Amino acid sequence: MPDTIADDSVGIVETQIIHFSKSLTLECGKTLAEYAIAYETYGKLNADVSNAILICHALSGDQHVAGYHSMDDKKPGWWDSAIGPGKVIDTNHFFVVCINNLGGCKGSSGPNTINPETGKYWGPDFPIVTVKDWILCQYRFMKSLGIDYWCAVIGGSLGGMQVLQWTIDYPDLIKHAIVIAAAPKLSAQNIAFNEVARQSIMSDPDFCEGHYLEKNTVPRRGLMLARMLGHITYLSDDAMRDKFGRELREGKLNFGFDVDFQVESYLRYQGRSFVDRFDANTYLLMTKTLDYFDPAGDYDDNLALALKKTSAQFLVISFTSDWRFSPERSREIVKALLQAEKRVSYIEIEANQGHDAFLIPIPHYMNVLASHMKHITEKTVAEVLL
Amino acid sequence: MRPYQPEPVVEDGGLRADLAIISQWIKADTKVLDLGCGDGTLLAYLRESRNVLGYGLEINAFNIEDCVDKNINVIQADLNDGLKAWFADNSFDSVIMTQTLQATEQPDLLIEEMLRVGGEGIVTFPNMAHWSARLQLALKGLMPVTKNLPNQWFNTPNVHLCTLNDFEVLCKKHGIQILQRTVVDHRHKQGGWLINLFPNLLGEIAIYRFCRNQL
Repeated sequence: MPDTIADDSVGIVETQIIHFSKSLTLECGKTLAEYAIAYETYGKLNADVSNAILICHALSGDQHVAGYHSMDDKKPGWWDSAIGPGKVIDTNHFFVVCINNLGGCKGSSGPNTINPETGKYWGPDFPIVTVKDWILCQYRFMKSLGIDYWCAVIGGSLGGMQVLQWTIDYPDLIKHAIVIAAAPKLSAQNIAFNEVARQSIMSDPDFCEGHYLEKNTVPRRGLMLARMLGHITYLSDDAMRDKFGRELREGKLNFGFDVDFQVESYLRYQGRSFVDRFDANTYLLMTKTLDYFDPAGDYDDNLALALKKTSAQFLVISFTSDWRFSPERSREIVKALLQAEKRVSYIEIEANQGHDAFLIPIPHYMNVLASHMKHITEKTVAEVLL
Repeated sequence: MRPYQPEPVVEDGGLRADLAIISQWIKADTKVLDLGCGDGTLLAYLRESRNVLGYGLEINAFNIEDCVDKNINVIQADLNDGLKAWFADNSFDSVIMTQTLQATEQPDLLIEEMLRVGGEGIVTFPNMAHWSARLQLALKGLMPVTKNLPNQWFNTPNVHLCTLNDFEVLCKKHGIQILQRTVVDHRHKQGGWLINLFPNLLGEIAIYRFCRNQL
């Protein structure tokens, strides 16, 4: 909990909600008659509406990217290190927006909200949403704020995939695309991990076929397991060794199946705290969204063709020890961009933290991001002067 | 760690003399790849002066920060892995490699790669047959250490040093046609008639423009 708010923090922020009454037809064929989107904004939209940046969140992220909701918060938003006045994504200059994606569990319509048609929790009946659905939804959201284009869309992991989809679906409405620790589609191994996570949730007796909220329960053990598994894939072998080694929690072996090693204790803690803040049905949904992501699929499996129309300038960033979405996967994106003759820079950040590195303010990473942002600032300023 | 870069001798135009020579060989509105593009100076200059669509490959993290700062398209990659992972055939009008050839693992393959992805290649490299290098080896029996080659034999990144003659023999063997050649001194300045008469003796840095043999 912050005793005082730092000068470079966006400070105390509030989630807002917009209700959309115009129906939304999803890729799966189902239609949402109405829906709500929860979001946060930082900084001020300038007079000519040229300084809006969209941040896209990852699997377990949400709209709370920066600042605190109250002085009692233990932690700031998930990318507070990069967003704020004077920070790399400078809220003195940019109007920064992040929304909780459809199907999320932090205020946007999703499994843990009420289905207006039935008056009950959506639960497992909330339709499967895709990244394309999200982008359509984000586009409508953008228009509802009176914004015509984003000067940048930025995201890591599943967030980076949304950035990629933005450049394909609305090629003229995004000036800069910053794609961090992402992949052009999931590998069989990625999907396999997601499937184990889903199975662990669905096989929990408290899952109740997804209707657990109506029964006033939560599939705690299943969701906890899913998160523990996920966490292993977010860290590298080296990062785990550095952080825990084989350190014993009580200094001795207990010759039982309870926690012996620090790493076990850490994973259990991560799993348990996740259960308190996340919805199991949303987790199922978001892993499916990840699995289905394949923007080249609509273009003969040719990613370069998919990206042909985009006018965005790209910055693609990967991390050397990331094995969930390895540098090799980012290179696939870059190669397609080069083939399509797009403006692109690609940086492989030396980092041992694994996939998690994208949330860590590693100096070289932040310097590259800051240098790129500088050009976006110059452009938006130039546009104002014109 | 920042890589060693020779003291730049800046011409009136603000560009190092050898880079100024190269830039004269690049046509306006073309697509150019710079292998080992350093801090992006050449590509930035080509963009401003010739409206070139440029891409750079670079391995050093600090150089990459400088390139991003200059708004250069830069790809972090190791030239020793080749260009296959990145570029299709005939993707560029010109492929440039300045002061990098001698530090690569397989210069001959890289030159082939340059002409696979581009129509023309331009390379610069330090000439091992320069008189000062010859003297050090001949008189002292020591591996030459010069302004252009400041490292000792045990810590030099330059594992494939060559001379003008060596390079031309390689080109002949690979069916590569040399379109232009010039040499400069250690201040990267073009010399007079003497240096042009004995380039392999007096030239410290060789600059070549070449393409696939058309015959």
